[in-house]
Amino acid sequence: MEFDLALIWAALIAFAVLAYVILDGFDLGVGVLFPFIKGEQDRSVAMNSIAPVWDGNETWLVLGGGGLFAVFPLAYATILPALYAPIIAMLLGLIFRGVAFEFRWRTQRGRFLWDWSFAGGSVIAAFSQGIALGALVQGIEVANRTYSGGWWDWLTPFSLLTGAALVIGYALLGATWLVMKTDGRLQRQVRRYAWITGVATLALIGTVSLWTPFLRPVYLERWFTWPTAAFSMIVPALILACAWLLYRGLTDRRDTQPFLAALGLFVLCYAGIGISFYPYMVPPSITIWQAAAPDKSLTFLLIGAAVLIPTILAYTAYVYWVFRGKVDPAEGYH
Amino acid sequence: MFDHLDPILLARIQFAFTISAHIIFPSLTIGLASYLAVLEALWLRTKDDSYMMVFDYWKKIFAVAFGMGVVSGIVMSYQFGTNWSVFSDKTGPILGPLMGYEVLSAFFLEAGFLGVMLFGRNRVGPKLHFFATVMVAVGTLFSAFWILSVNSWMQTPAGYAFNEYGQFIPDDWWEIVFNPSFPYRFVHMTMAAYLTTAFVVGGVGAWHLLRDRRNRGAQIMFSMAMWMALIMAPLQVFTGDLHGLNTLEHQPEKIAAMEGHYETRKGAPLILFGLPDDEAETTRYAIKIPNLASLILTHDWDGEVLGLTEWRKEDRPPAAIVFWSFRIMVAVGLAMVAIGLWSAVTRFRGRLFEATWLQRAAVAMGPSGFLAVLAGWVTTEVGRQPWTVHGMLRTADSASPMAAAAVAPSLIAFVLVYTVVFGSGTFYILRMMNKRPGAGNGEDIGPTRAAGITPAPAVLSTRRAGTEAGG
Repeated sequence: MEFDLALIWAALIAFAVLAYVILDGFDLGVGVLFPFIKGEQDRSVAMNSIAPVWDGNETWLVLGGGGLFAVFPLAYATILPALYAPIIAMLLGLIFRGVAFEFRWRTQRGRFLWDWSFAGGSVIAAFSQGIALGALVQGIEVANRTYSGGWWDWLTPFSLLTGAALVIGYALLGATWLVMKTDGRLQRQVRRYAWITGVATLALIGTVSLWTPFLRPVYLERWFTWPTAAFSMIVPALILACAWLLYRGLTDRRDTQPFLAALGLFVLCYAGIGISFYPYMVPPSITIWQAAAPDKSLTFLLIGAAVLIPTILAYTAYVYWVFRGKVDPAEGYH
Repeated sequence: MFDHLDPILLARIQFAFTISAHIIFPSLTIGLASYLAVLEALWLRTKDDSYMMVFDYWKKIFAVAFGMGVVSGIVMSYQFGTNWSVFSDKTGPILGPLMGYEVLSAFFLEAGFLGVMLFGRNRVGPKLHFFATVMVAVGTLFSAFWILSVNSWMQTPAGYAFNEYGQFIPDDWWEIVFNPSFPYRFVHMTMAAYLTTAFVVGGVGAWHLLRDRRNRGAQIMFSMAMWMALIMAPLQVFTGDLHGLNTLEHQPEKIAAMEGHYETRKGAPLILFGLPDDEAETTRYAIKIPNLASLILTHDWDGEVLGLTEWRKEDRPPAAIVFWSFRIMVAVGLAMVAIGLWSAVTRFRGRLFEATWLQRAAVAMGPSGFLAVLAGWVTTEVGRQPWTVHGMLRTADSASPMAAAAVAPSLIAFVLVYTVVFGSGTFYILRMMNKRPGAGNGEDIGPTRAAGITPAPAVLSTRRAGTEAGG
């Protein structure tokens, strides 16, 4: 039996990036909302709801990057120089927010600084990721196996829009996560934020979706000619279904449903991007198969991935299980 | 505004800066993770709560250092692509999977169980908590394994072929992973991390013993650290020597630079100190011991030792940096051996906790491991120049097609952010280290520490009940 190793790996990388987007998405979102959460106690609860898991969540980003280096080195070597400024900004943002988890407990006087570091870093990281996504959708010029565009190509109205969309979208994930993990006054507060960010997210999804097909003819063709146009019906319909579940979850004051509905929105948007991209790894220049490393590299890592990824998912699930339920304000090792 | 600068030089400075800042943290956390596992095992076996107190003390420091290691490490995983894209394209098929294994087998393991280790003791019970601690420690060692395999392959590439795009492609994975310099580098670096940690722990223990020699926590730290110094430091000198002989076999020009030898000769002297001058191809003001270099390197009084002039000028590493960084590393290593021996004498006399001069020396040596690690890495990395993949791919041919105008601002941003953020982190760690072991941990920090300074009996009873009191 013959396996299309490159395609399997494209699916695995796509899975890693999706896992990153939804997992770090909600903890970045908590960071985005942080300035709007009032009071020391509530802020600490919000922070503690993600403290045990953020590090694991962010590791999916390393897998996305490291995996790209391993199995699609040409994509890694062209996308990252093309997106140089947003990538560096993202890394610096992740530094500011990542250290805040520990630093804010280590000082009384300087705590507000690390709270700002947490919020500002989260916004910068989210915005940069959105810009990077938008720039990638718009396309990256490649010649002779290297990036051949300019240093500001990533900066366009479209990429700024996707940047803003991701900040708001992550905030929705963060708000619904907090609805699930908290109660009382804080829960009422974040439910209101979930309303605001939910409406804004849907509006932004609509705008980006209508804009995207007109960026490149191939996107337009994909979404408006048969048979792939079938997706044009299904994906928006499912997005509306998720929006309805989100609406009902918030009005019925349910704990978990809003978060799951928000996750659904992200998965669907992600699938939509995947439909536009296929079969390119770096649109419009490099396909999945052109970018792939030799089979020997793909096989070597696939053997490990086949064993280790299920193991990782199992113990990650276990960790979430250990920290299930509402956050106890009196808990925390600090 | 930055157009007159060399973009490749800027990219090199940026990589050197970010990776030097990064390696500081793993040097501590690799050792601390294992130390924490040992402390918790001792506590589980003896039920002596002093061990748990020391565990909690270092756990908090570990958390801060680990956080900084994670965020500075993410930078590294992307910087290959942003700044060294040609290197990434060419070596990706070989080095990428090794790093992929690092992420899958190490990073997730550390990150997943770190949460349980830091926050979960009263949720999972002592046995599972110990398991989580061990997993974090194992994760740090797996991480060291894979990343040192990557680095070693760049030093001593093996098991590869080329394809039509000029990419290195794998031929034999076993030869790639266990390339000739890897076993030496892995052992040498892991021991370096353990020693670094031992001297940090020993320095902190000594600091508190100097204030109160009966502090049980400080006694445990100091005693364990001095055992490590006694056993590990001489072993490290030994493995370092083996590593050097391996380098002599595979990268003789690096050894020539380390020794400051320009001329090939039989019965070469050991140059203790001097000023290597690459232009004049001589080491000025050299203080030499006749024949000793030949004896050390070839185990023969009149053995032939190659000098740098055997290589074309464009193929030589810059000797002055390598020469001096190597001496700094060796000097620190010998000082560590001396501390270990000194501690053995005082311990034998039963005066380990009263030996104030030893303790002062240990405080002074507290950060020495970081210096040795950095100096060692400078030696091996600068000594690999002018190549990224030794003998195969030049540094000058590895970089992204990046303009100085793009790299200079990012370099400035990294320097500023790292200075502020990691400077603050270092300050917090030093402040935590200044806190007396067992002094309680409430004080001014954190509303979640409802217990504040918990009386010792209360700590005992609640721990027995499997909950975590106040920390």
